[in-house]
Amino acid sequence: MTTTPVLVAENVVKELGSGAGLVIALKGVSLELVPGELTLLMGPSGSGKTTLLSILGCIMAPTSGTLTIAGQQIAGLGPEELAKIRRDHIGFIFQSYNLFPTLNAIENVRIALDVRGITGFAATSRAEEVLRDVGLGHRLTNYPGNLSGGEQQRVAVARAIASSPDIVLADEPTAALDSENGHAVMALLSRIAKEQQRSVLAVTHDPRTLGYADRVVRIEDGKIVGEERRPEGLNAPEITDLTKRRKIHA
Amino acid sequence: MILTLAFRNLFHDRIRLAVTLIGILFSIVLVAVQLGLYLGSSRMITANIDHANADLWVTAYGAKSFEDGGLLLTDRERHQALATPGIKSVVPILVSFAEWRKPEGGSTRVVVIGSDFDDNGLVPWSLSEGTLEDIQAPDAIAVDKSYLNELGISGIGDTAQAAAGRVKVRALTEGVRSFTQSPYVYTTLNRARQLFGADADRTTFFLVKLAPGADAAQVKADLSSRLETAEVLSTEEFRDRSLKQWLFRTGAGIALIGGALLGSLVGTVIVAQTLYSSTKDHIHEFATLRALGSSAGYIHKVILAQAGLSAVIGYLLGMSIALVILYLSKGSALPLVMTPGLAFWLFALTVAMCAISALSAIMKVTKIDPATVFSR
Repeated sequence: MTTTPVLVAENVVKELGSGAGLVIALKGVSLELVPGELTLLMGPSGSGKTTLLSILGCIMAPTSGTLTIAGQQIAGLGPEELAKIRRDHIGFIFQSYNLFPTLNAIENVRIALDVRGITGFAATSRAEEVLRDVGLGHRLTNYPGNLSGGEQQRVAVARAIASSPDIVLADEPTAALDSENGHAVMALLSRIAKEQQRSVLAVTHDPRTLGYADRVVRIEDGKIVGEERRPEGLNAPEITDLTKRRKIHA
Repeated sequence: MILTLAFRNLFHDRIRLAVTLIGILFSIVLVAVQLGLYLGSSRMITANIDHANADLWVTAYGAKSFEDGGLLLTDRERHQALATPGIKSVVPILVSFAEWRKPEGGSTRVVVIGSDFDDNGLVPWSLSEGTLEDIQAPDAIAVDKSYLNELGISGIGDTAQAAAGRVKVRALTEGVRSFTQSPYVYTTLNRARQLFGADADRTTFFLVKLAPGADAAQVKADLSSRLETAEVLSTEEFRDRSLKQWLFRTGAGIALIGGALLGSLVGTVIVAQTLYSSTKDHIHEFATLRALGSSAGYIHKVILAQAGLSAVIGYLLGMSIALVILYLSKGSALPLVMTPGLAFWLFALTVAMCAISALSAIMKVTKIDPATVFSR
């Protein structure tokens, strides 16, 4: 089955710092994300995972290379235009959840809709819907301080998918969670990718997440060094170690 | 959600909110008191001018205020004025400082105002005891209740000496106070002349009333050309001149306005400091908002809403205290004045103060790098 990629990064280079402190964080990375897939981006610390996530999420501009999101080239766009791309196409999930401590669960989701111009009853009912969808229908008015880590991350997931973005980018979504909650969040991300046909990319070095991946992209020293794909017909979490499977890039 | 987030950010840290509100509150109270005093002083300075029934004032040349006319005008000027086309009436009034000798000993300074009430020139207003007829009795005067102690008398029927003659209190006014703190003593024109030993035609001002349909500017110009030794001022000009004399030449008004400016400055700095530190504390939340795709304008609106909420709450608290002070000042020598206009301008000032204060926070938030969301 051929699916049109919603995100295409080609030969992305990112230089950080200058002069003697210049670091080349990404050295010509190419990557595509297609709808319906949960992709894991794995690599050791300092390999460029978060830098790549920032660029794919239109938070950081690449030094060179091209990035196309939903058919739109982002090269040369200003901060406000990049913010619009994020509003229209991208949902974020952060390692530390980044919920607003002064807003309850439903308000935390509503604010993501509010910045997109969805307000009032429409926003409230959509926020309720996604919170119920992630299993938090009974925690709508709880504040982050009264939610467990797993519940907070599920609120963050609900916030990321509330506006039905094409792409969901997650930064170490299970890093702060125990095993049970880690699995629950990954199962949720996998379900979002499959049922809602979203492209989900999760940066992680948590081996527990492998079983949920459709694809694993490995990055080292600013370069993609390998990519493994789950064989057709194999359902999560039946596979646990994709590293033993087919390597596309050496 | 902008208001909700702004409200929650503000109320999240109650101590900082309290500091912000106290800053605004003190600022508002200080500015309200200073401007209230300014307004109160202005009203006192111009009260007699405002209550006089005149379109034009004929004054001695260079008269700086209502209390500074001297006894330099005569019937000659009056007749010249009456002969000017477009003038309906010319009413003399006498105004002069005098020494007031208290019945129990001691003295103080007063301002004697002599006017024939039948001429409808300058009639004492706010009479609380006695009538205008009572003041026309021989030696009769009217003074304000609030100055009884200072004048060494207790009320109607008491006698004292003003300038060179005995006077008897026949009527009392209420709320007619003097900016110079020399109480006004109202009497008839003739009695005032007697007190000062002035000639029967001597006077301080002529209150000129125009005939219906007369061109005020033309009449003023004609009258000015006829009266070489006097000045002709419109009521507005005379008010301005009196205000300038007492508020600005004495420095009193500058002190009051300076206090108000200082209050605004202190308030702005306190609000700016607290808004800035609040923004700094919530910087990761703003970075998250930016990462979620919010426009910079959206975040600016959150900060401005915080500033606006602080302004409204601070204003309400500040005005409540200012109104209490206003009430308490009612019986004082210099009562504060609050008008709907001043209340509105104070609100506008508070909002402006908070909006300016928000600038530092907005500048901080403008530099947010949304990439920091990954570094927590």
